Amino acid sequence: MSLNKKILGVIFANMHEDVVPELTRERTMGSVMFGGRYRLIDFTLSNMANSGVDEVGVVTKSNYQSLLDHLGSGREWDMSRKNGGLHLLPPFSNVASGMYRGRLEALYGITDFIKHSDADYVIMSDCDVITSLDYNAVYNAHIKSGADITAVYAPCNLSLETASHTNVFGIDDTGRINNVLINPQLSGECNISLNTYIISKNLLLSMVLDGAAKGVYSFAKSILQAKCGEYKIMGYKHDGYFSKISSIKTYYDANMALLNTENRKNLFPENAPVYTKIRDNPPAKFAIGAKVTNSLIADGCIIEGTVENSILFRGAKVGKGSVVKNSIIMQDTVIGKNCSIDCVITDKIVSITDGKILTGSANYPIYIGKGAEI
Amino acid sequence: MYTKKECVAMLLAGGQGSRLYALTQDVAKPAVPYGGKYRIIDFPLSNCVNSGIDTVGVLTQYQPLVLNDYIGNGQPWDLDKQYGGAHCLPPYQTALGAEWYKGTANAIYQNIAFVDRYNPEYVVILSGDHIYKMDYNDMLQYHKDKNADATIAVLDVPMEEASRFGIMITDDDNNIIDFEEKPKNPRSTLASMGIYIFTWSKLRQQLIDNENNPDEDKDFGKAIIPNMMKAGQKLVAYTFDGYWKDVGTLDSLWEANMDLLNPNIPIDLYDPDWKMYSRNPVLPPQYLGENANVENSMIAEGCIIDGNIDFSVIYEGVTIEKGATVTDSIIMPGSVVKSGATVEYAIVGENSVIESGAKVGARPETVANRDDWGIAVIGNKITIAADQVVGPKQMVPDLRKK
Repeated sequence: MSLNKKILGVIFANMHEDVVPELTRERTMGSVMFGGRYRLIDFTLSNMANSGVDEVGVVTKSNYQSLLDHLGSGREWDMSRKNGGLHLLPPFSNVASGMYRGRLEALYGITDFIKHSDADYVIMSDCDVITSLDYNAVYNAHIKSGADITAVYAPCNLSLETASHTNVFGIDDTGRINNVLINPQLSGECNISLNTYIISKNLLLSMVLDGAAKGVYSFAKSILQAKCGEYKIMGYKHDGYFSKISSIKTYYDANMALLNTENRKNLFPENAPVYTKIRDNPPAKFAIGAKVTNSLIADGCIIEGTVENSILFRGAKVGKGSVVKNSIIMQDTVIGKNCSIDCVITDKIVSITDGKILTGSANYPIYIGKGAEI
Repeated sequence: MYTKKECVAMLLAGGQGSRLYALTQDVAKPAVPYGGKYRIIDFPLSNCVNSGIDTVGVLTQYQPLVLNDYIGNGQPWDLDKQYGGAHCLPPYQTALGAEWYKGTANAIYQNIAFVDRYNPEYVVILSGDHIYKMDYNDMLQYHKDKNADATIAVLDVPMEEASRFGIMITDDDNNIIDFEEKPKNPRSTLASMGIYIFTWSKLRQQLIDNENNPDEDKDFGKAIIPNMMKAGQKLVAYTFDGYWKDVGTLDSLWEANMDLLNPNIPIDLYDPDWKMYSRNPVLPPQYLGENANVENSMIAEGCIIDGNIDFSVIYEGVTIEKGATVTDSIIMPGSVVKSGATVEYAIVGENSVIESGAKVGARPETVANRDDWGIAVIGNKITIAADQVVGPKQMVPDLRKK
């Protein structure tokens, strides 16, 4: 699986956090919980690990305590290495771009890190797309086409609401990107950017330094959009299953999509496991009278009630007589007895006391913040 | 300069576990799965870490591949250390030749050099055959308070069971005055749990003397303990009153798993203050389908469940198809129970397949003569053909001596 050429991975942990402000109030986009036992960054980082990208920098700027705690030394991704491995890159106080405004500026802040790597290419990715992607294939396409930049995209039926947080590519017959729309007002079948790019290290460095000199900071605006005539920017079509988080609604839908067996098979293929932090929870326990259908249940859950069409994270508890439907119950949330919970997202360590009735709607799930007691 | 360690643990993990038959064909007993995601050895290892003992020698001999791989550098138990940590200690060759571990005492004797590296005051000897949660530190404190040379953990068992154990006879002050291995007419109900704390200097000498005496068994129960008693050294019993289970037989392994489902039995794996650690599989959460019907059970990650499960322990990566029924059973990692198959009162080993319509095991009340009934056992990587019937007490493959 390992790549012939050394590739440096760069993950932007904070990008897009404005699309789910509830979930990112106390954490980065990369550390938003997903799928019963994961955080969003697990998918990108596991893709890198599974593709043999074993030197990765994670760029972050704020709210990063949970991210640092989650990633630790990178051991769970086999990235606790003497050479390469995982590097956490919080802002550098005495670099002008400490609190960066865009991807170019963020990269400017880690210029030394990029320079120091002996990789020839850089893969950049955000944490808002959940997919299983082999970067070897992207790299091979990049080399074959002789592109300056290869951008990963996927065809998608876009709604007006999600389009406002999405970049759309126009692609010619040769696969070259000839038009870039940033957060456009349109809907229908589009080729949307999955915010994953491969580019040679030297070209990237020259773009970053040039951008800093000219005071531009957005990679999408100042490089992809402004220079798609000048640079050869090729699209790489990703056919596999993916979901993209662009609102609390799409976050909810992306979780619920995992209840579909086909989707799970695509996201968790046997040869590309998704790694995450280990918590050493015992197996889930189902008591007398438990009734659980069409749900994802993580280790450490104790279920005495009824659970339908829901996702329960590690250590969640559902008391006797309670009914949980169409909900996302995050880590260590405790639901008491005789509660009725429908279309609710509870953040970590929420406590819902006996007899409570909470009903949201599938197009507007109720969100309950971390540590709340109801 | 490293400081010395106060207490080092030596974990006897070389046992074959021959009475687990098919389950220990290719793994040592301590590596047998238990409790949905653990292996038996996770219990003594986690107990060590939770008791603050950070140096553990794991003595391996029988089928060590899985066990060595499982323990690795000890990282899952926080036992990867610059100084100390977990070390697998297989038998080795010396200038004088090579020999297997000839017994529990000889296994420690051959590793005196390992223990000496840490220059400990005390050594705790553990075995990889038991399920229990115990603070060895409390026992060590007792050993120190009593100024003992050896402390043996004992469990007060019912009189009718006492003849199955090594029994300690004590005076009013918990001093051990006699010891009987599986006595017909027990004089006490204090059963040895196979957990010993020794003052290292005393044990070290006993091991050397034992080795130099060709007529003696190289065993703690048969030689070291009686010899220490004869020499007038101070041996005390430390009474433990928690849950403890020897999982040396198929029945006791099955029971110990079922105990986890019984709220009246005090083995709590969910206690955040005494976590059990293990090497975790990398699998997504378990999925329970539209037709799933699961009660009174424990299920681990990566399982896909669409059938009926009651009173069962299901390990990671197991598939139970729609219309399959699993009751009062243990299904070990990676196995598949296909639609219409029934598994009752059974242990299914790792990566086995129970095809559609097959029937494994039966409820006790279906058998006229109770002696004909027992747990059905399917070994590792076995396929039970469609509509095949494996009766109660049967084993596939059958490794019992006829």
